[in-house]
Amino acid sequence: MRKLWITLTYVVFILLLIIPLVEIVRGSWSEGWSGFTEGLLRQQSLHALKMTALIVVIVTVLNTLFGVMLALYLVRAKWIGPRIKRLLNSLVDLPFAVSPVIGGLMIVLILGPSTVIGTFFEASGFKIVYALPGMVLATLFVTFPLMVREVLPVLQEIGAQQEEAASTLGAYSWYTFWQVTWPSIRWGVIYGVVLTVARSLGEFGAVLVVSGNIMNKTQTATTLVYQDVENFNVVAANGVALVLAAFSVGLLLLMEWAKKRKEVH
Amino acid sequence: MHIEVRNLNKSFGDFHAVQDVSFDIKKGQLIGLLGPSGGGKTSILRMLAGLESPSSGDIVFHGKRVNDLPPQERGIGFVFQNYALFKHMTVYDNIAFGLKVKKQTKEQIRERVMTLVELTGLKGFEHRYAHQLSGGQRQRVAFARALAPEPQLLLLDEPFAAIDAKIRTELRTWLKEMIERVGITSIFVTHDQDEAIEVADEIMIISKGRLEQKGSPWAIYKDPQTPFVASFIGESTIVEDVGALKGFDSAAGKPGTKALIRPEYIEIGKPGEIRLASAALEANVKHIHFRGSEWLVELEVGSVKLVTYRSLEKDVLQPGDRVHVLVHRAYLFNDQESWIQENSLKEDPMPIHI
Repeated sequence: MRKLWITLTYVVFILLLIIPLVEIVRGSWSEGWSGFTEGLLRQQSLHALKMTALIVVIVTVLNTLFGVMLALYLVRAKWIGPRIKRLLNSLVDLPFAVSPVIGGLMIVLILGPSTVIGTFFEASGFKIVYALPGMVLATLFVTFPLMVREVLPVLQEIGAQQEEAASTLGAYSWYTFWQVTWPSIRWGVIYGVVLTVARSLGEFGAVLVVSGNIMNKTQTATTLVYQDVENFNVVAANGVALVLAAFSVGLLLLMEWAKKRKEVH
Repeated sequence: MHIEVRNLNKSFGDFHAVQDVSFDIKKGQLIGLLGPSGGGKTSILRMLAGLESPSSGDIVFHGKRVNDLPPQERGIGFVFQNYALFKHMTVYDNIAFGLKVKKQTKEQIRERVMTLVELTGLKGFEHRYAHQLSGGQRQRVAFARALAPEPQLLLLDEPFAAIDAKIRTELRTWLKEMIERVGITSIFVTHDQDEAIEVADEIMIISKGRLEQKGSPWAIYKDPQTPFVASFIGESTIVEDVGALKGFDSAAGKPGTKALIRPEYIEIGKPGEIRLASAALEANVKHIHFRGSEWLVELEVGSVKLVTYRSLEKDVLQPGDRVHVLVHRAYLFNDQESWIQENSLKEDPMPIHI
């Protein structure tokens, strides 16, 4: 009986993870090297990968900055009451609970071209929805809890005493943050960065709704794969998917390494 | 640094942690804040440091009100209960932290750190991290780190709480010597009366956010001003029915008066051992406990329970033995007043002159 369960577990594992991966590799090479490069070097593929890279970089920078700041405020700030802190703390998890598609839809409903704010921004020449800013916002929404949830427990665990000690020794907050707090949360932040990169690399639903999926304009790697599949261009879809998968495996390894370092400290 | 505190109050929500505390500390003194846990001692210390801001009242250093100064500007050193060493820095970098903040030159920093390393007996440990040190060594690092920027006032929060009992006594003596040598005004918080009595020049007894008494350890022991202080300092038992004790009849006349009796106020002996037999009470030995250097004897005088010590040199008592008890003095208190009274029968009524 036990053997059966073990076998079943392996079968599910292979079915879910290994076979799709093998299939992607096989699919992208089914027309040989030329088929693979052709699918990947199409103008829309290069543009989509560029968009994805751009979003990943912007989102990761913003999320790291604001995530660490929010974590610091939620744990340390004395001017925020405990009740508001608790409320903010649970609000942070909202993107985990809400489907990304709905997150994207909310952005369209608030900032879309038919809304007051959207019209205002568009009039001043700054398009949000169906453009890069909206896609960044959507991805930011989806990835926001990742950094806060990594940094917050570390801050709670180390406590405020080392920072207080620094203040009695004459150090102000900026110096204290870099000399005392940062070395303690460093690995948590790195882990959060890896998670954010992985999540924003693969984000599909929210971005699809917000971007409108316009080829060579607002198309990302994931939405391109979706479109290629729709158009039965399986080889190209597999090629782009392979690039994404390769990145993900790399990130996974990085994640394992960061996790180990995080535990050491 | 001369310190003045006037009507200091601190509330955390509904909890009134510190209530109307006022005191003066002269330059160079070593003060112990003593009291039960949760009594507001640490809050007072943190307000002096600027880590907590008072709800009302003034803190004055050197004649200058410092309430609105941040901890960075107060010229204080703070030793935390768990030392709060920077765990990713070596001993050297920990001690150098306050000097680097002041942007001193590398040579100046090196010189000062090495002096302190030498002073605190940490030579050879400069390149270790906090987790590679023993509790006592960590405390020394915390002490050296706090002293490095040459503060005017050193604040120590339960400096010995995290150290095991045996090394604690050793460290106490060391710390007292060190503070005397540096000559810095210091305030430390403790809930351990032995520690306060042994280390401090003056003790401030804090209970429920109030300053009960301030004075030298001997003065507080000899002349406690409130029943709380009397019961907190030293060991004692409270006797509700003063009339049961011989020689305190005048006190028994005042309604509601209770007596607080320390073990060292009581003399016991087998029948005949006590000279002033007329002042002695009959008592029953209830329990005896061996306390390493003496016996702790629990007595029953009628319904009254008393506790005293007996030298190991004297005959060993057994539970159930009948003994004579002489209560030399008692700390008496009621709702209005408190006073110390000697046993009135100790004056031998029939002196025999040979």
